[in-house]
Amino acid sequence: MPSDALLQVEALTAHYGPIQALNGISLEVKPGELVAMVGANGAGKTTLLHTLSNVHKSSGGKVIFDGQEITRTAPHKIVQAGICHIPEGRQVFAPLSVEDNLLLGGFTQRKNKAWVEEELAKIYTLFPILKEKRRQAAGTLSGGQQQMLAMGRALLGRPKLLLLDEPSMGLAPLLVAEIFRVVRELNEKGVTILLVEQNAKAALGIADRGYVLETGRVVLSADADELLADEAVQKAYLGH
Amino acid sequence: MKRLSGFYLLAIAVAALPFIFPDNYFVTVVGVSAGLHAILAVSLNLLMGYAGQISLGHAAFFGMGAYTSAILTTRYGWNPWPTILVGAAFTGVVAYLVARPILKLKGHYLAMATLGLGIIVHIVIVQMGWLTGGPDGLGSIPSLSIFGWEVDSDERWYIVIGTLLMLVVWLALNIIDSRSGRALRGLHGSEVAAEMMGIDTAATKTGVFVLAALIASVAGSIFAHQQAFVSPDSFSFFFSIELVTMVVLGGMASTYGAVLGAIILTFLPELLVVFEDYEVMIFGGILMGMMIFLPQGLFIGLQELLRKLTRPKKTPATPVAEKKESSHGAA
Repeated sequence: MPSDALLQVEALTAHYGPIQALNGISLEVKPGELVAMVGANGAGKTTLLHTLSNVHKSSGGKVIFDGQEITRTAPHKIVQAGICHIPEGRQVFAPLSVEDNLLLGGFTQRKNKAWVEEELAKIYTLFPILKEKRRQAAGTLSGGQQQMLAMGRALLGRPKLLLLDEPSMGLAPLLVAEIFRVVRELNEKGVTILLVEQNAKAALGIADRGYVLETGRVVLSADADELLADEAVQKAYLGH
Repeated sequence: MKRLSGFYLLAIAVAALPFIFPDNYFVTVVGVSAGLHAILAVSLNLLMGYAGQISLGHAAFFGMGAYTSAILTTRYGWNPWPTILVGAAFTGVVAYLVARPILKLKGHYLAMATLGLGIIVHIVIVQMGWLTGGPDGLGSIPSLSIFGWEVDSDERWYIVIGTLLMLVVWLALNIIDSRSGRALRGLHGSEVAAEMMGIDTAATKTGVFVLAALIASVAGSIFAHQQAFVSPDSFSFFFSIELVTMVVLGGMASTYGAVLGAIILTFLPELLVVFEDYEVMIFGGILMGMMIFLPQGLFIGLQELLRKLTRPKKTPATPVAEKKESSHGAA
């Protein structure tokens, strides 16, 4: 199918045992876009990202990335293809040092040692606190610092597409603003991002386009501004 | 350099002991078995301590190496050296074949599966008497000869096994610090997160499982030639448990800890012989005490104790500095 999308998802379904979590999801992300997927707890947001990364097997539908079907590709090969996933709850490698965590992010870039060094320096500039604590165990970082670490780690995988799962989870409002500012900044530097969030206002605030997910279905899709102005969305997710 | 300073210390200690205590039973006889145990513990620690995959069947790979060497030299008249390689190749293939299905299991299930593997190998050794000598074992296994240098005394075995131990420790230290080592330590914490980093977790786990088996097999072959006799008892389920105890006691995810654990568990029973009937009770009591007071293992526990004792005055300064750092990070 001719399409200019970087990521094209068609009628994707996923199950947990007999329970259907994704009910035929279709969406697309174009190169350079920042797309937000918002929805309540249990809508299937995390499942969607897990299914895209294939750490959770889909039960039907198609995922096409960069012109290649990756629906059944092994998770590590999907990372090699250029999709980096920042999981919900950060999932940093707690006993490993901050620097080892970052280097693990560059695991797929073994042939680009010079690039990894350069990118590592950039990440340390972007998040100076990580440089300061680079010898410390990642588990000793605060939640916000761990989120920064998780983002830096994913960037070292040289992503064409970044899947970002609930970066605001468990963070103080000030930190949430800081994280979202960095997400926006990364996108402006050219990283394509699919952001999944419960915090609809913050997510739609920085996104180009948005999807609203409800019980495993996309119920709305529009430009982010339109969604922010939409009455139903305001009632359900923005608390107006 | 700094990374390997512990390695040099250990090498010097291993080399110096026979000079400090010449003709000492504890150095050349108990020391040799401590060295073999240390090799096994270091290899098991790669799998258990770093990659987080429990194995209760490590003695099986040790036994495969030992019996391959024993059978080929005594029944077929082979030179000892190629039997070490054949043993390693055979063990490696077996480990590779069982690794994929076994390593899909986690936690208790993985422990059960490796336990099963250990018991099966033990039963095979006992039952295949025509080949393995059954419960009686196999004797008159020839000793090693290195370019005409016969390894025929306790001192010479000490040199061979000490060298092999240092080689294995060096290998382990380098692996842990490499890209693959980071992958191992990563999947220990979370396999899903490791996959999200692009790590092929199945291949990585299989790789470390096979490597640990290969090292155990080589140690087994050396053991067979050194003892000149093998019997199934040396490769039973209990020995697997002992190896696990060495790793846990010394400190998981520490190569030096594994060495220390092996040395202590080899020497302790020798030293406790004086208590005769109460030997086992005291042995158990010491183990329990160590695990209660030094739960991260002896090596890390002692390190921390040493740090506390040597720099008692710096402790109050650290929390203040940390507070400053974290407030900076939140801003």
